[in-house]
Amino acid sequence: MTRYSLTHLEQLEHESIHIIREVAAAFERPVMLYSIGKDSGVMLRLAEKAFAPARIPFKVLHVNTRWKFREMIAFRDELVRRMGLDFVEWINPDGVRDDVNPFTHGTQKHTHVMKTLALKQALTAGGFDAAFGGARRDEEKSRAKERVFSFRDRFHQWDPKNQRPELWNVFNCRVNKGESIRVFPLSNWTELDVWLYAHKESLPMVPLYFAKERPVVRRGGAWIMVDDDRMPLEPGEKPEMRKVRFRTLGCYPLTGAIESEAETMPEIIEEMLRSRDSERQGRVIDYDEGGSMEQKKREGYF
Amino acid sequence: MTYGSQIDELGIEGWLARYGQREMLRLLTCGSVDDGKSTLIGRLLYDSQTVHDDVLAATKKASARYGTTGEDVDLALLVDGLQAEREQGITIDVAHRYFATDRRKFIIADTPGHVQYTRNMATGASNCDLAIILIDARHGVLEQTRRHSFLCALLGIQHFVVAVNKMDLVGWSEARFEEIRAAYAEFASRLQVRDVHFIPMSALKGDNVVRRSEAMPWHQGPPLLAHLESVHLAGDRNLVDLRLPVQLVLRPNLDFRGFCGTLASGILRVGDEIATLPSGRRSRVKSLLVGGVEVGEAWAPMAVTVTLADEVDVSRGDMIVAPNNAPHLDNAVEAMVVWFNETPMQTGRQYLVKHTTLETPGEVVELRYRIQIGTLRREPATALQMNEIGRIRLETARPLAADAYAQNRTTGSFILIDRMTNATVGAGMVVERMTAEESAGRTHAAADAGRNLRLVDKRRVTADARAARLGQRPFVLWITGLPRSGKSSLAYALEERLFADGRHVQVLDGEILRRGLSRDLGFRGADRWENQRRAAEVARLNAESGLITIVALVSPLAAERQQARAIVGADRFVEVFCDAPLAVCEARDQDGLYARARAGEIANVTGVDAPYEAPTAPEVRLDTEREGLAANLDRVLAALRQRGMLG
Repeated sequence: MTRYSLTHLEQLEHESIHIIREVAAAFERPVMLYSIGKDSGVMLRLAEKAFAPARIPFKVLHVNTRWKFREMIAFRDELVRRMGLDFVEWINPDGVRDDVNPFTHGTQKHTHVMKTLALKQALTAGGFDAAFGGARRDEEKSRAKERVFSFRDRFHQWDPKNQRPELWNVFNCRVNKGESIRVFPLSNWTELDVWLYAHKESLPMVPLYFAKERPVVRRGGAWIMVDDDRMPLEPGEKPEMRKVRFRTLGCYPLTGAIESEAETMPEIIEEMLRSRDSERQGRVIDYDEGGSMEQKKREGYF
Repeated sequence: MTYGSQIDELGIEGWLARYGQREMLRLLTCGSVDDGKSTLIGRLLYDSQTVHDDVLAATKKASARYGTTGEDVDLALLVDGLQAEREQGITIDVAHRYFATDRRKFIIADTPGHVQYTRNMATGASNCDLAIILIDARHGVLEQTRRHSFLCALLGIQHFVVAVNKMDLVGWSEARFEEIRAAYAEFASRLQVRDVHFIPMSALKGDNVVRRSEAMPWHQGPPLLAHLESVHLAGDRNLVDLRLPVQLVLRPNLDFRGFCGTLASGILRVGDEIATLPSGRRSRVKSLLVGGVEVGEAWAPMAVTVTLADEVDVSRGDMIVAPNNAPHLDNAVEAMVVWFNETPMQTGRQYLVKHTTLETPGEVVELRYRIQIGTLRREPATALQMNEIGRIRLETARPLAADAYAQNRTTGSFILIDRMTNATVGAGMVVERMTAEESAGRTHAAADAGRNLRLVDKRRVTADARAARLGQRPFVLWITGLPRSGKSSLAYALEERLFADGRHVQVLDGEILRRGLSRDLGFRGADRWENQRRAAEVARLNAESGLITIVALVSPLAAERQQARAIVGADRFVEVFCDAPLAVCEARDQDGLYARARAGEIANVTGVDAPYEAPTAPEVRLDTEREGLAANLDRVLAALRQRGMLG
């Protein structure tokens, strides 16, 4: 007999599909940001389900910093081909001109130019009035207060004190010309939910999430993978092979790997449950100062 | 039990299978900074082992800097996020926290307690199943406690947990707990909340949060977490009333037209008969997709795609419902509204209304009262300030397919958007009140007919038998026309004549109705409409009792008369139009109705500042300008005889 109830994963899935459809219906030019990571993979799957048997009715955008892992780009290109996405890539041309990179310009400058500024450029250039992002509220404390629909002014800025109240599943989709909304369909998902869903859906994932022998160096207490020969080695530093995996993916010089034996999704889930470290710990950018994510968001970072 | 030991016991695959079956509970925590709310949430997260080691380390660092607990980790700092609030030491917005246990996944909406943030609380409460109302045992039930409880009840939360916190500071006193319980229960009885549960606790010490308190052996019930894990939620879901607001239409190719939306309530199956609102067109469910996969049935709150057997024109903002169970389709709703904006809500102002997926201009035509939240008293008001709550009448350009909020949180709610700034300025909850439009014959007469039929089935004495005993054929003569066009004179003359002929007959006119039955109504559009609906309903009851009814009402709109005809039944409805030009009627203005309207003293007078739609095909049309009363009376009698009404 049918119970006519939903499990928490099913409920999250339906709520996210509702949000994605609402944006597709109410905005003129939505775009979905795709970061190649597990969260945007789940988001893309939800978009696929939301509109099947029709195609996803908006563009999918990847803001490339030129420092992504090679495996990420290969995975991305294959996914775009397989799903037949209406795909665009954006790389900040100013950053290319000045050859901005994390080594000579530092982490903050690199992230600011190649991610924050690049994203603003891409959104302005595309004339997008709504942009989906895969951020979750459980990732970081300042995100706990983020709305599902996050209103941005003409300068893509976020004012934490001036956000619209959000009631029920009725979303205010009105924006004036030039203004936009960032939409987070995975707001209520946790890291565990994302993995459980990926497992349930047998979602393809970038191989970097799974443990494998990789060339790494130890830096600032984290394992950094030497993904290509652009990475300058410190004196005395010598890449060694370690069985590692990544809990989160970004620019390879800024993303720390963890030593792990987890080669399958259930093993990853098990490892995550047994470990007690929250996932963004692998991302170097959050550790600048208390509340730094909030600072970046005000500036327009996702 | 830790995740690690669960996995040891079940194996990861077994754990995944079990975890996959968990359901979700959304809860709201209300209380002020001083009630220990952040500490309680921190305690839930900490004791349920959701806090990761690195976060805990960071919190320990922060405790030294901002904390108030000395050497211990300040659990409140686990949940206080933004820099600004850390600096001010207050929570300034709705924050969401996530944790899970063996039994359920929990989403906590953490909302601030101080007065000016009603809006955040309403926001947080709108999606929650359960509310934790925190009370400081030293202070007992405060104005703020009542305020929070009222808001939670208003937003439809059915399960309350009253957490009497800081019991350690009152010596774990059972007497104190009972005192607070009694005071709260007295207040809560007026809130119509189904389930109120009291727990004495100390969030700081951890008593009765996750672990049962040893200091309060006198309390028998489970600690908070165990209660949250076991609260029965299934009964909260509405699986009866099919409501599918259409979000968008998919047309990937010529053969497929899919209507997408999230089921607000009810169950939908392939083959089901459905009706679409507002058009009222009917069809059948041809196929049903969930996540792109065909299924046989789906239920709320699933996001689905539906194809229909017939070519029916449906677009975003429409609603798919069951033909015999439709919501009220109405251009006006009565609602409680919570105001969010610094610019006060004013009557006569236009807003954009978003109801389910429909956006339409609307106007707050009346503010009936404001609620004094602390006392629940109603008081007159001319505007609603930010964070105030009032009862309004909202009229919309497009009709809303709305249910009462108490029946349906999705189809009973709407938001108000400022047309200039696009800010969300208010949130409304539809109040149940039968008005004319709700049962109007426009699109759901058929739906209502179902209910009437059931009633007829129960009756042993039929309308025909009653009519036979009275020896007459009952009918309703509905006289329409401008004020002073001669409706009442005709009605009373006719009544006198029919009565003299031995018939049982009664007149209903504006005066009679407004003296009693419709004493609560004004003269605005919807009130007038309601007055006419009541007249039609009384006339129908009369007809079923065998009586003849003569209704004399201006009834200026074709739709209103159509509604009356639908209520009474077309075969016993005779529409009579007293046709006289406005100038002639105005010249007969003995009691000065037109004069006062012209002088601007009164509003909504038909012909002056309200329209009159002359009937195009009445059963009888009378020229009351040139013909006298006697001649017109004969004309009506002749028409009735011709129709066999006078046997």
